[in-house]
Amino acid sequence: MAQPHKTPVVFAPWENPTEKPLIEFKGVTKRFGDFTAIDNLTLNIYQREFFALLGPSGCGKTTLMRMLAGFEDPTEGAILLGGQDIVPVPPNKRPVNMMFQSYALFPHLSVWDNIAFGLRRSDMPRDQIGERVQEMLRLTRLESFAKRKPHQISGGQRQRVALARSLAKAPRLLLLDEPLGALDKKLRNETQFELMDIQEKTGTTFVIVTHDQEEAMTVASRIAVMDHGKLIQVDTPAGIYEAPNSVYVADFIGDVNIIEGNAKRIEGGIEIHYAEGAAPIRAMTDLDIADGQRVSYAIRPEKIAVSSEPLTDRANHARGKIIDIGYLGHLSSYFVTLGNGQKVEASMTNARRLSRRDFTWDDQVCLSWTDTAGVVLTR
Amino acid sequence: MRSTDAVEWAYARWLDLVLAAALALGGFLLLEHGSDGSHVTGGVMIAVAVFMGLYRISRRVAVIAVPYLWLLVFFLVPFVIVIKISLSDIALAMPPYTPTLDPAAGWSGFVDFLGKLDFDNFEFLTMDPLYYKAYLSSLKIAVLSTFLTLLVAYPMAYAMARAPEEWRGTLMMLVILPFWTSFLIRVYAWMGILGREGFLNSFLLWLGIIDEPLVILNTNIAVYIGIVYTYLPFMVLPIYATLEKLDGSLLEAAEDLGCSRLQAFWLVTAPLSVPGVVAGCFLVFIPTLGEFVIPSLLGGSDTLMIGKILYEEFFSNRDWPVASAVAVVLLLILVVPIVLFQRNQQKQAEAGK
Ligand SMILES: Nc1ncnc2c1ncn2[C@@H]1O[C@H](COP(=O)(O)OP(=O)(O)O)[C@@H](O)[C@H]1O
Ligand SMILES: [Mg+2]
Repeated sequence: MAQPHKTPVVFAPWENPTEKPLIEFKGVTKRFGDFTAIDNLTLNIYQREFFALLGPSGCGKTTLMRMLAGFEDPTEGAILLGGQDIVPVPPNKRPVNMMFQSYALFPHLSVWDNIAFGLRRSDMPRDQIGERVQEMLRLTRLESFAKRKPHQISGGQRQRVALARSLAKAPRLLLLDEPLGALDKKLRNETQFELMDIQEKTGTTFVIVTHDQEEAMTVASRIAVMDHGKLIQVDTPAGIYEAPNSVYVADFIGDVNIIEGNAKRIEGGIEIHYAEGAAPIRAMTDLDIADGQRVSYAIRPEKIAVSSEPLTDRANHARGKIIDIGYLGHLSSYFVTLGNGQKVEASMTNARRLSRRDFTWDDQVCLSWTDTAGVVLTR
Repeated sequence: MRSTDAVEWAYARWLDLVLAAALALGGFLLLEHGSDGSHVTGGVMIAVAVFMGLYRISRRVAVIAVPYLWLLVFFLVPFVIVIKISLSDIALAMPPYTPTLDPAAGWSGFVDFLGKLDFDNFEFLTMDPLYYKAYLSSLKIAVLSTFLTLLVAYPMAYAMARAPEEWRGTLMMLVILPFWTSFLIRVYAWMGILGREGFLNSFLLWLGIIDEPLVILNTNIAVYIGIVYTYLPFMVLPIYATLEKLDGSLLEAAEDLGCSRLQAFWLVTAPLSVPGVVAGCFLVFIPTLGEFVIPSLLGGSDTLMIGKILYEEFFSNRDWPVASAVAVVLLLILVVPIVLFQRNQQKQAEAGK
């Protein structure tokens, strides 16, 4: 997942205690009747961040966005924007713009008028409005469609109009609710990079909702994984991927093998006994784990090597039989059953042509991985 | 559909209609005037006309066929008969006009029949100022009451569209409910409400707002009240339909971009409900122009409406030809708004695609 637009200087305002957050959620709870959509949530988002909300459908992502835009009030707690409580501020007075999941383009107005709509409501002089709209049209490559109505352009173009419209007023915060959901994969990848590009150029803070984990990994500076109105983990894409804090997060992002077992403390880490007769897994961990404690061990397929003989430079080995091979072009997934019936997925890059491949169905193989490759999880 | 296709299609359909209408007309004339034998012929002709329509149209969607057949049998054929009567002369006979077509007289009889038709009745309409005054007054009443109906109906439709979803069915029911009672009874009820000793006056007197009963009944005000009341559902329903399918996120987007609620209404809701408003206005204006029950029951002697004149010509003077001429002119006046209405509907249907 390349991020070509990232500047070499590390951007991590959340690690700087003197940095003032742009948005602060302070113990925010939102209830609809007796249903709790957002549950006592506390979160800081910083200036110029590209912040992604990730979670299953119905976990409260849209509700969180709508509270930022001003369409819902929190039942409890406070939301601050630049240090000011914005709960009493109506949507039309907030320096926040939203790109709607459905785009919500005005069908009776041309592309040009849609983009100019917000500017006309501000006190910007007429000639400057024209310039600004032109600028937005250029940015989103829509110059030749300015006179068309929304129903006369394609889905991808509509999505760009919606983006241009929400960017036109140069909001301090731009909210994008599943902005790319309706696009096909190729257009989607293109648009993701376009979004990152625009975010870089304009310096706007973006909060994006998505249920596509790959999208979140691609665009975001930080990702918040949500479930049932709660934040489970907030971290950089790499942090979420490499150091998930729970089985839920590990499972939600990418492919993962979860192996359960009993811990035993050893020098510099733990051993996980997951099956009778099988060698325990050695793992490093910072967690304070008691002897005999039940833990989950999460390891990504690409961290496991498949070979005919154990790779002696790695701490962990397990023998098993290949039951399935998934060929994905650039890599192959090997599904291996270990002696105790535990299924493990391992993936290898296809550096060689198919005819030179070493393993096939029903081969006995050895899986090897290091003691830092996996993560020990207690929840 | 490409435009050339559309033209061809309409053209073909129009020819069909003319042919079928001619057949049906002949059939009706035979049924009306013919002897025993020609009754059968007339019936067969009508049946053929119906089948022609059916056959041709069945290749299209059945949904289109039904209204066209309906139009043919209940509009076009009677209209042609009315035109024929409007070209005839009054006579002390049964039916009270001349000439009538005698199919037994053959071709020469038909030519003779055509020769006796003339435009005298239309000429007569231009000579008596009563008629054009009545047309103008009808137009004025129709325009004004359409506007008043819009003023009442828009907020109602808006409130209905904004009501919680589980209520909307009930509210719609309430709007349609008056149709379950006879129109005539409802207009009579207004006489009871608006009269000198009616409910309204008694109530206002009881409240002490007025000392003298208001004279409302038998004035144009009563006519406006009656028309607005009667045609309200025709305005509410199309407006409600456009407002109800208005995407709520458009209003949120407008607010998000800096509109107040009121601005969002004027800039988004109002323009997007125009098709419904236009449809409703036509649905009220067209029947109101020829309205006759309401002005005769609620209006006064000075309420001049063309429907009333028509009624008097027909029943009081028994002058069917002049009454028919009045009706034909009324219809010609209505052709313009009807065509505009159709255009609006079509545009809406296309926009909905
Ligand atoms: N206006 C509302 N009234 C009642 N329940 C709501 C309302 N809006 C959202 N919810 C509920 O809150 C939960 C979270 O919704 P939402 O934020 O839209 O989820 P997501 O965007 O993550 O899919 C859902 O279970 C939804 O049914
Ligand atoms: Mg959502």
